[in-house]
Amino acid sequence: MPPVFGVFFDGIAYGMLLFLLSVGLSVTLGMMNFVNLAHCSFAMLGGYVTVTLMNAAGWPFLATLPVAFVAGAAASVLLERILFRRFYQASDLEQCLLTIGIVFVSIAGAAYIYGTDQQPLQLPSYLRGSLTFMGLNFAVYRLFLIAIALLITIVLVTGLEATRFGAQVRAAVNNQRMARGLGINVEALFATTFALGSGLAGLGGALAVAMVGLDPSFAFVYLIYVLIVVSVGGLGSIAGSFAAAMLLGVSDIAGKYYVPAIGSVLIYLVMIVLLMWRPAGLFGRR
Amino acid sequence: MATEAIAGPQDYLRDQIRWRWGEILFWFATLLPFVLAPSYLVLASQIAITALFALSLDLILGFCGIVSLGHAAYFGLGSYTAGLLSKWGWGEPLSGLLIAALAAGLFGYLTSFIVARFRHLALIMITLGLGLLLQEAANSASWLTGGSDGLQGIHTWPLLARFKFDLYGYTAYSYALAVLFVVFLGARRLIHSPFGLALRGIRENGQRMPAIGAPTHSHIRTIYTIAAAVAGLAGALLAQTTETVSLEALGFQRSADVLVMLILGGTGRLYGGLIGAAVYMIARDQFSGLNPQYWYFWIGLLLIAVVTLLPNGILGGLSLLTRRRKAAP
Repeated sequence: MPPVFGVFFDGIAYGMLLFLLSVGLSVTLGMMNFVNLAHCSFAMLGGYVTVTLMNAAGWPFLATLPVAFVAGAAASVLLERILFRRFYQASDLEQCLLTIGIVFVSIAGAAYIYGTDQQPLQLPSYLRGSLTFMGLNFAVYRLFLIAIALLITIVLVTGLEATRFGAQVRAAVNNQRMARGLGINVEALFATTFALGSGLAGLGGALAVAMVGLDPSFAFVYLIYVLIVVSVGGLGSIAGSFAAAMLLGVSDIAGKYYVPAIGSVLIYLVMIVLLMWRPAGLFGRR
Repeated sequence: MATEAIAGPQDYLRDQIRWRWGEILFWFATLLPFVLAPSYLVLASQIAITALFALSLDLILGFCGIVSLGHAAYFGLGSYTAGLLSKWGWGEPLSGLLIAALAAGLFGYLTSFIVARFRHLALIMITLGLGLLLQEAANSASWLTGGSDGLQGIHTWPLLARFKFDLYGYTAYSYALAVLFVVFLGARRLIHSPFGLALRGIRENGQRMPAIGAPTHSHIRTIYTIAAAVAGLAGALLAQTTETVSLEALGFQRSADVLVMLILGGTGRLYGGLIGAAVYMIARDQFSGLNPQYWYFWIGLLLIAVVTLLPNGILGGLSLLTRRRKAAP
């Protein structure tokens, strides 16, 4: 039986990854009720940007991460300006159809450019291997992942709590009409938040390559996990997404270690039970 | 709808149930593949089966507002029931169909107690979770279902003990089309009944319906069970006509595909699922013939184009256009 601590550690690292991938969707869904199923396509874009820059252009891994962020954000701004903004008033189902169409296009595009194989990624030597601390083994890359995700969480939470922009975002999530009435430009606010969230997805996608691999089905496979995190956490809640991502990450890894027979379904069971207990999510208000 | 003066609820329902010329033409057009494209009958039978599946989703999504991302669970359950029956030595198609529908309906009834309690995102995710759970269960019960290899050894007896299932799909298409038509008649009757009206009330405002005395939860349970049974029928048809069942019958991909088809055609219109299934599957067939690896790209573009140009799906867009034309001169 593997040591409890190792399982817990892996689960936390996996949960951090899920958090990075899903937090943007949670906030934009909470604010505008815009169902963006293409969220993981931005993550996939980030992953491919990192892989391409490292393998074709020889960039160092760390330098590619900001580029992955910018790529995700830029792609989302482009799509938001051209397509999405026309659909804010449309029904959920139409938004689903539009964004799933974008997912299909992105999957086919990735398969056309990169093929359907898993993309190779060679981590730099200082991120490989593991550290031993008090008799426990820590994989360096997972430590790195946790550190980055924690850093981003702190930045997000302080940004949301302490800045003027954050206050406006909170107001718009809480009550969009009231926020409009107070003179907040919700469209502009949303566009910025959307870009930030997609950028985080791009960063998450770049970080995910070394942990879960990357192929064109990424945009579809991780969409399910991201939706689970968002719905369990509650719309528009960063703390909720964080808690849900941790819970699901740990239960997924623990399930696969301890009860391999049903390990892959544990995450769905946890989701169903949590949603039946709290339909609006752990930290949801509606 | 409310443009003509309507005397009372009975007249309204009677007006709704009147057959229109377009509908009659549509059903005659479904016979065209026999004459015009005999080499495409296998595809036509697949379309009829998928259309039946989309119709079952339309019953809950289009008329009752229940968005499901796990509807393939009932489809797959019907598929496996029909497939297993035939594997165990009872390959009679019609009774197999009924038993499969019963099994799927029973599971639908059991799950409807969960489904009726939730709305919005929680509902979508719970249906998704239930679908994925059932798929995993089928995957791990490989002694029963064949696991990822699929269910082998199905043999369907001739239909009505006379018509063999041929390689060209004559029997398969006739069979699927007949079942689709019969179920469609039932669904049409159901939707234009007072019960159907109550369902649309639940779709429009789930809080106000109990206030006027409508038992919302039991209505939802009823229609969900019916939709599950119809999905089971569609699954059984697929198992019987292709004589194989794979895990994909239960998969998320199938649930998502049928949802896309239905929205593409137009939700809340009986023909939406049928048109959507036909357009989607013909487009997929043509695109994958054109470009086997990247047909997803063109399907994606098609979806984006439809949403951008025709709001409320193909049928919604068409009815908007005809209404505009009527209003223009």
